[in-house]
Amino acid sequence: MCLGIPGQLVELSADNDQLARVDVAGVRRMINIGLLEDETLEPGDWVLIHVGFAMSKIDEAEAAAALASLMLMGSGLDDEVALMRGTAG
Amino acid sequence: MRFVDEYRDPVAARRVLARIRDLAAGDRHYKFMEVCGGHTHTIYRHGIEHVLPQNVELVHGPGCPVCVIPMGRIDDAIAVAETPGVIFTSFGDMMRVPGGHGTLLEAKARGADVRFVYSPLDALKIAVDNPERQVVFFAVGFETTAPSTAVTLLKARDNAVMNFSVFSNHVTIVPPIKAILDSPDLRLDGFLGPGHVSTVVGNHPYRFVSAEYGLPLVTAGFEPLDILHAIAMLLAQISEGRCEIENQYTRIVRDEGNPRALELLAEVFELRPHFEWRGLGFIAQSALKLRAELAPWDAELRYAVPGVRVADPKACQCGEVLKGVIKPWECKVFGTACTPETPIGTCMVSSEGACAAYYNFGRLHREAAVTLGRASA
Repeated sequence: MCLGIPGQLVELSADNDQLARVDVAGVRRMINIGLLEDETLEPGDWVLIHVGFAMSKIDEAEAAAALASLMLMGSGLDDEVALMRGTAG
Repeated sequence: MRFVDEYRDPVAARRVLARIRDLAAGDRHYKFMEVCGGHTHTIYRHGIEHVLPQNVELVHGPGCPVCVIPMGRIDDAIAVAETPGVIFTSFGDMMRVPGGHGTLLEAKARGADVRFVYSPLDALKIAVDNPERQVVFFAVGFETTAPSTAVTLLKARDNAVMNFSVFSNHVTIVPPIKAILDSPDLRLDGFLGPGHVSTVVGNHPYRFVSAEYGLPLVTAGFEPLDILHAIAMLLAQISEGRCEIENQYTRIVRDEGNPRALELLAEVFELRPHFEWRGLGFIAQSALKLRAELAPWDAELRYAVPGVRVADPKACQCGEVLKGVIKPWECKVFGTACTPETPIGTCMVSSEGACAAYYNFGRLHREAAVTLGRASA
């Protein structure tokens, strides 16, 4: 929860500039990107997601490293991704 | 995985370790606290403690949001959850944390409508979909999750979702660091500053650590090399007679943090006069409550929460673990009465807790130490 999960932007919502669809470890869901209004975001970019909100823009290398670390943490990542899937928008 | 190698490169690790050994040569003992539970994980998972010189010690801090919630607040949550007509929503981590009257999971088994959510926005959606029910969100976390709660509350207000409320247990990162510095139990030589929380708050709030306490703090990333690099930066400051707030995690953390998130926090929340932390006791201005303008969405005003302080079980030493006074394995019930399956204390519940991290990775410890040790030989 306190550790961010990296996700890759798939598309920005056409009718709400606060929303974007991301891919997180193969699961797609809508997240809120309103907290990154100072960044330019486009599909393909990576972001660090906390509880459904993008909190930082990151590069691909950071995303890969963060994902690998989270996988090593055991069930934490699986649980979050499962919850994402359960509420995928 | 393509990019990961650059953060786990044994040659680079060897170089940084050699620098750490140089800087720490001599008799002095160095004790650094990693504030963040994510760092604790990296340290145990990769056996970092075993490759450091013996006189460089890492102690674990209070940066696990689930771990620091006191038992009385869990009882309050359960009381709200058991109010007829309420749908109580929570992050999964909080469900198995024991209060004085059991866990939220047990309340659910008794018939309370308790549901996991991934995001506070999911809780708000449940409220919109169930207009005849009251939906309460159990908000926990440091500044990494509080902005999300803030956005959700503003949405509830703007769309007049009146059957939604938030039970806020958000806490802030700076006051516990100050409390630890003021505590006579522990003498520290510096801090590894939290990575992801700092993406929101930035590095400026830590200035008091050097200005008032004369200690260095280095904000660090979560890869093994990040941790080693940050330790080298702390040692370098000490050997050069400096004490500064430095940023090792420049890949993500900016000195000013995330201004938009900070603005939202200020708009929605105000500081409580004091809040109880597990192990650290009451800390002034260390937690967030909803501003008066958002009173209609404040679960603490809407429901009669008991608000009773509950002492931790005698056998549980989470308090000492959270303050860095003892290591997880030094707790009397660690791994015997208290395991991830049947936790007594919060540090064993959360995947970000020091005890759970040590329990899960302790067995891998030696193997990892051998691998890294070979790299540094």
